[in-house]
Amino acid sequence: MTRTRRLLVDPIRCDAHGLCAELLPEMVQLDDWGYPIVSDQAVPAHLLGHARRAVAACPTLALLFAEAEVAQPARSRR
Amino acid sequence: MSPTSHYLPRLLATVGRPDLAAHLQQWGPRPAGGPGLIHELGRARLGGRGGAGFPATRKWSSVAERRGSVVVVNATEGEPASNKDKTLLLHAPHLILDGAAMAAEAVGASEVIVCIDEHASTAWRATGHALAERARHRQDRVPVRMEVAPAGYVTGEESALIGWINGAAPLPTFASRPWEQGVDGRPTLVHNPETLAHVALIGRFGADWFASVGGAAHPGSALVTISGDVRHPSVHEVALGTRLTDLIGPAGPSEPVQGVLIGGYAGTWLDAAAVAAATVDPEGLAPAGASLGCGVIVVVGPQSCGLRAVAAIASWLAGQSAGQCGPCARGLPTVADAVGRLVGPNAPPRWNAQIDRWLWMIEGRGACHHPDGAVRMIRSGIQAFQGEVDHHRHAGDCHRPAPPLALPRSSEVMV
Ligand SMILES: Cc1cc2nc3c(=O)[nH]c(=O)nc-3n(C[C@H](O)[C@H](O)[C@H](O)COP(=O)(O)O)c2cc1C
Ligand code: SF4
Ligand code: SF4
Repeated sequence: MTRTRRLLVDPIRCDAHGLCAELLPEMVQLDDWGYPIVSDQAVPAHLLGHARRAVAACPTLALLFAEAEVAQPARSRR
Repeated sequence: MSPTSHYLPRLLATVGRPDLAAHLQQWGPRPAGGPGLIHELGRARLGGRGGAGFPATRKWSSVAERRGSVVVVNATEGEPASNKDKTLLLHAPHLILDGAAMAAEAVGASEVIVCIDEHASTAWRATGHALAERARHRQDRVPVRMEVAPAGYVTGEESALIGWINGAAPLPTFASRPWEQGVDGRPTLVHNPETLAHVALIGRFGADWFASVGGAAHPGSALVTISGDVRHPSVHEVALGTRLTDLIGPAGPSEPVQGVLIGGYAGTWLDAAAVAAATVDPEGLAPAGASLGCGVIVVVGPQSCGLRAVAAIASWLAGQSAGQCGPCARGLPTVADAVGRLVGPNAPPRWNAQIDRWLWMIEGRGACHHPDGAVRMIRSGIQAFQGEVDHHRHAGDCHRPAPPLALPRSSEVMV
């Protein structure tokens, strides 16, 4: 079972500081209002360190890791 | 009396006779809810009638696995073009309350909370009266209470409603999982009143009876509210699979119909050709990318401008944002203004493409689905009324008004 990690933004917490886009431009772009659009792909291994730093740097704790269950049955979402 | 007839009305069979005696005479006593009912809802393929159409049986199963749950009846109906929930509360409150009681018994809930919009005073008075009747005649094992909820479109989003019941402001929360943690942190089953009214009848007469009207894949009936350019804005009960044009007919639409909004302010616009082709069930609406949603149908006749309706609803929805999430709070006003510029003569070149880009930026990026509904309405509206967009750009404003978009104060019930 391979566990991979995805990034996720809590849009209620996010204040558009934009730090995440600076620290992880490979996976985060800003929309026209300054809010981050994060890639929904698994974070590739070589970016995990940068991603961890971006998550830790977010001043409002809005940037999160979500476990993506790649080799597990998909959990039902609604 | 057991209804053997395949004809409608079902839910609206007691129009004008909302009291418990008439209800019991019409439908007989209600059976208890249990695991068998959860299975029966699956066989009936009952989907939620609050907008998303999620299968009821799956929600019930998730909540039934957990202990100490709560049932919430979401009768807030903040959608300005919808009147079906208020109509049910006024004319068949005991069907809703039966369904809620059976749900509570089936999932093992210890409480039922009925939430009604503060402005719907006739509806909450009628519900209060019905609850008193039920208490007198010991209809419910599980205690039921009514809460008068603050008005507002987003109040009806389930996590916002649960937050408010818990004492916070009626604002959605991020990544909520009410079937795990809802009212007081307990597992919570939230349903629209119409969904529960169907439960009351499926529990009595079974899934096969439910399926004796409607299509094979999606059986049963649904409540719809028809408004816009029609002589009689009204609530009807229809078999799923009915042709959209047959459904609109009795409300007296202005012909030729230019387009129809189906599913609510967060729904989908159909152009005249799609209206002519559609039947009202998931299969019949899928080609147009639409669904019945909460049953709202707004008709645009020849005297009105569909594009102006799209712009007006977009700006109303932007104003309803709870203001918590950037892409919704900032994005919806941006795109609503942009749609407004399509109505005027001075839309910049390639303005459609700019709007598309903003819609793409907004979609899926709120804590709740409010922005997604607005995106769906705008995207489909621009597509359905592309002729109007071109006309406004090249020949100038048509100066036709938007059709009536909110209901008159009391819509007559036609069944
Ligand atoms: C912005 C917004 C407003 C909503 N308003 C209502 C409402 O007024 N009534 C309702 O039943 N559901 C409303 N919903 C859907 C609820 O969140 C929930 O899905 C529904 O009450 C579940 O009931 P059902 O499964 O019987 O459809 C709304 C959703 C959103 C995103
Ligand atoms: S760093 Fe945090 S608050 Fe700033 S834009 Fe990124 S997610 Fe939002
Ligand atoms: S998406 Fe909009 S309506 Fe929903 S919680 Fe965020 S700001 Fe509020």
